[in-house]
Amino acid sequence: MPVNFAPSATDYLRFLPEIIMIVVGTLIMVLEPLLGSNKRSAFSSLTLLGFIAALVAAVAANNDPGASFSNMLIVDGFATFFRVLVIGVGILTVLSSSQYLRREHADAAEYYALLLFSVSGQCVMATANELIMIFIGLEISSIATYILAGYLRDDKRNNEAALKYFLLGSFATAFLLYGIAWIYGTAGSTNLEDIRHFLIAGSGSGRSLVLAGTAAALMFVGFAFKVSAAPFQIWAPDVYQGAPAPVTLFMSAGPKAAAFAVFIRVFTTAFGSIETRWEPFVWSSALLTMVIGNFAALTQTNIKRMLAYSSIAHAGYVMVAVAAHSQIGVAAAMFYLAAYAFMNIGAFAVVTHFSRQGEKFVNIEDLSGLGWKQPGTAALFSIFLLSLVGIPLTGGFFGKFYIFKAALDANLRWLSILGLLNSAVAAYYYLRVIVVMYMQEPTDSTVTLEPLSPGIRTTLYAAALGTLILGIFPSLLLNFATRSSVLVK
Amino acid sequence: MTLLDAVIFLPLVAFFFILLIPKDNLDSIRRFSLVASTAVFLASLGLIAPYWFANPGKFVFETDLPWINSPAIRYHVAIDGISLWLVLLTTLLTPLCVLVSWRSVQKRVKEFFAFLLLLEFGLIGVFCALDFFLFYVFWEVSLVPMYFLIGIWGHERRIYAAVKFFLYTFAASMLMLVAIIYIYNQAGTFDYSRILAGLQNGSIAPTYQEQLLLFLAFFIAFAVKVPIFPLHTWLPDAHVEAPTAGSVMLASVMLKMGTYGLLRFCVPMFPAAARNCSGWIVALAIIGIIYGALVAMVQPNMKKLVAYSSVSHLGFVVLGIFSFTQQGFDGAVYQMLNHGVSTGALFLIVGFLYDRRHSLEISAYGGVATPAPAIATVFMITMLASMGLPMLNGFVSEFLVLQGTALVDFRWAVFAALGSILAACYMLWLYQRVFFGKASAEVSGLKDLLPREYVISIPLIILMVWMGTFPQSFIPSISTSTAVILGPVDAKRDVHVRNALPVKPAAPGASLAKEIADAR
Repeated sequence: MPVNFAPSATDYLRFLPEIIMIVVGTLIMVLEPLLGSNKRSAFSSLTLLGFIAALVAAVAANNDPGASFSNMLIVDGFATFFRVLVIGVGILTVLSSSQYLRREHADAAEYYALLLFSVSGQCVMATANELIMIFIGLEISSIATYILAGYLRDDKRNNEAALKYFLLGSFATAFLLYGIAWIYGTAGSTNLEDIRHFLIAGSGSGRSLVLAGTAAALMFVGFAFKVSAAPFQIWAPDVYQGAPAPVTLFMSAGPKAAAFAVFIRVFTTAFGSIETRWEPFVWSSALLTMVIGNFAALTQTNIKRMLAYSSIAHAGYVMVAVAAHSQIGVAAAMFYLAAYAFMNIGAFAVVTHFSRQGEKFVNIEDLSGLGWKQPGTAALFSIFLLSLVGIPLTGGFFGKFYIFKAALDANLRWLSILGLLNSAVAAYYYLRVIVVMYMQEPTDSTVTLEPLSPGIRTTLYAAALGTLILGIFPSLLLNFATRSSVLVK
Repeated sequence: MTLLDAVIFLPLVAFFFILLIPKDNLDSIRRFSLVASTAVFLASLGLIAPYWFANPGKFVFETDLPWINSPAIRYHVAIDGISLWLVLLTTLLTPLCVLVSWRSVQKRVKEFFAFLLLLEFGLIGVFCALDFFLFYVFWEVSLVPMYFLIGIWGHERRIYAAVKFFLYTFAASMLMLVAIIYIYNQAGTFDYSRILAGLQNGSIAPTYQEQLLLFLAFFIAFAVKVPIFPLHTWLPDAHVEAPTAGSVMLASVMLKMGTYGLLRFCVPMFPAAARNCSGWIVALAIIGIIYGALVAMVQPNMKKLVAYSSVSHLGFVVLGIFSFTQQGFDGAVYQMLNHGVSTGALFLIVGFLYDRRHSLEISAYGGVATPAPAIATVFMITMLASMGLPMLNGFVSEFLVLQGTALVDFRWAVFAALGSILAACYMLWLYQRVFFGKASAEVSGLKDLLPREYVISIPLIILMVWMGTFPQSFIPSISTSTAVILGPVDAKRDVHVRNALPVKPAAPGASLAKEIADAR
């Protein structure tokens, strides 16, 4: 196979979003010592500009889809979908962070640079077409996120979160890397298409099947950790609770979506032919994830921890779509991750706004009477919560509906029934927040609440709009998701 | 765009309008809600027109527009003789609920009326939707405002009641969602008419076991809402803790969502499963009738008493539906309307009493007839209607249900009739304890009906008498529509005369509509 090592202009164009984000991120690092401390606010604007430029580049790249850099990256509908999604998450994170950082006296440039690096890593994950690129993307994204989780370095909980996340995360990445090594040893390639062809051609030979199965199992451990699927979800509540609120907002949406993107791409492309072998594992992991997430969330008093368990439960719903292993399953997972990003970012943005300096107010009870003190905020929060419950006319409902439609299509009847009953359990803990907001009288924590900052206000409006549009006119996104869900041509 | 679309969406538009009114402007909020809900009611009267002049027996005011292209979800609404009256019941009771909350709701007034109108939107939608997805959307959307109405404006244990109400219904409707998706995956459409036609002509052919499971999934979702014993435990809590308007809408309209669902979806779509399950469902219905009445008898709380009487009355509806006879179906639909009118009125009057005395305990009253003779009269008529006294509405429907049941198995009718007797006991005893006797110091100062309360009561009283003496204004249109549903499941097809007692056999093919027309 002749390999041309000189990249063409098309290669760079297809890689432009990542390039923009890395350049802006580096620029910010360089500019920080040069600019005075009174110009700090310029960084968030610069980051926003960088993200918007990357967004435009990502959309533009989709006009000319195809592989780049000798088939190491691929720009297709699926990649574009996740690129746009994670960049969008980046934009909303920046909007909800600036006030928080000023409040905590930590308005430093590296926060924004790390955010840009992390999102660029996620974009690499979304476009990666072979295992080494996946690993590199995952590491760029993870290492930046580890640092962000411990961003307020004088805070004990931040340190605990970062350390836990880092130790467990590296361990999981090691599993992934080991899996990559196994499959390379078996198939002689790290390219997903090549692995697929090898497995289809060599399906008769038992030994290569065992080796590939082991590789798939090892990689499953790595991915399941990153998407916080059971039984590898233990880290999530501690890290989500300990990390700064806007970072939790980011972690629960962006890295998770990107991890699902590679998970889906690897398992449907490379391991698509041994589907019957891995499907039972995904099936049981999905069920276990939903059950653990929902039942553990029932007893939480800290809202960040509650949302962390809820985020585990929602990963379980997406795993159901993965278990369906069909085109509509992939489309359902894509749609759900987008809807989930909107509603979850909205919910965490309210938490960011409400927690105040030092994250004093993060208990559910603290929200007492918010519905009467700040009706607008509470109404938007209710929309996000109802969407998380899965009430019709919200994106959360349609996403769930579509996931379970895919599951029933694939004859996963029991998983569907148990999954939907799970979401009835979930209704309880989301409703509890609404109860506290509307059915209890305001306390000190709500009375002293300052008005919404412009950034958080924008985030909330954008998230609510997204949640409702995905719920009322899902076709707008669903058609694109369905078209892009053909991963195997 | 038909009149029906206007009736469905006007409350939603009004809901958004109320959100725009400043929250301190209490009087404009109240007036606007009244005007909007009355306008919806007047508009909905126009829906009767096709049934007044002719009797189409099929869906009218049909709108069928694509909403989501893949999966094929359509905005498909229409009404027939069954849904017509349920829509009218909803639109009639909403302005009355606005009126009854005029002074009794003092906190968060804006939100209260906004939720009331949103509730109306959901309820009307449920009765008109002919697309399963749309139906499910309305079904769940109506849940949210009711949850807030109970949870924010209710009595002491309101939060417990609201959450229990929400979780019961939500968990059960998850099973319905699975069933709806399952049917879609087999039929490729959510459209009720096409699915029904497909099931009947065999182009969609689930195995019997699948049919049974689908039937049960729908049945459980509806049974919780009705509620059928033993799934009724949320109901007394929700009714007692809800504010007056909430109790009225819950009892009069929301419970009918369940029985409407049974009649519209469960029975015609899975006739074989429905027939085979009818034995134990009828048993549960009869248990509900008698159990509801017995428990109502010992309640110390007026709202709880009325709530348990609802369990009993709704048992008649389920009994009528699962008798699979024309009379049973007609009686069931008519009983839904009668229960809506008379139990709605009971809750309203209990609300009047609560506004005055701030207690729901029966023991706090006694001798109310002395200071408030008009309340006593209104309550008397309503109570008699609820008991099923001839010339008032409850009698007609209970009679039809018992007749339809007796055609199938006379023993069922005997047990069910016991419920009617018990109803007389608990109602008369309630009346005696509240209105008769010597008025205590607190009671003797009670004011009689206010003009606003006259406006609320009189239309309902007129309806009770009208529906009791002149059922032919309503039943023919109901009958033609129920006959369509009955066709494939008619009990007469395989009923052998098992009764030793001489029961007048129904003339084959003769629907009650014809009998009434002949009698005219």
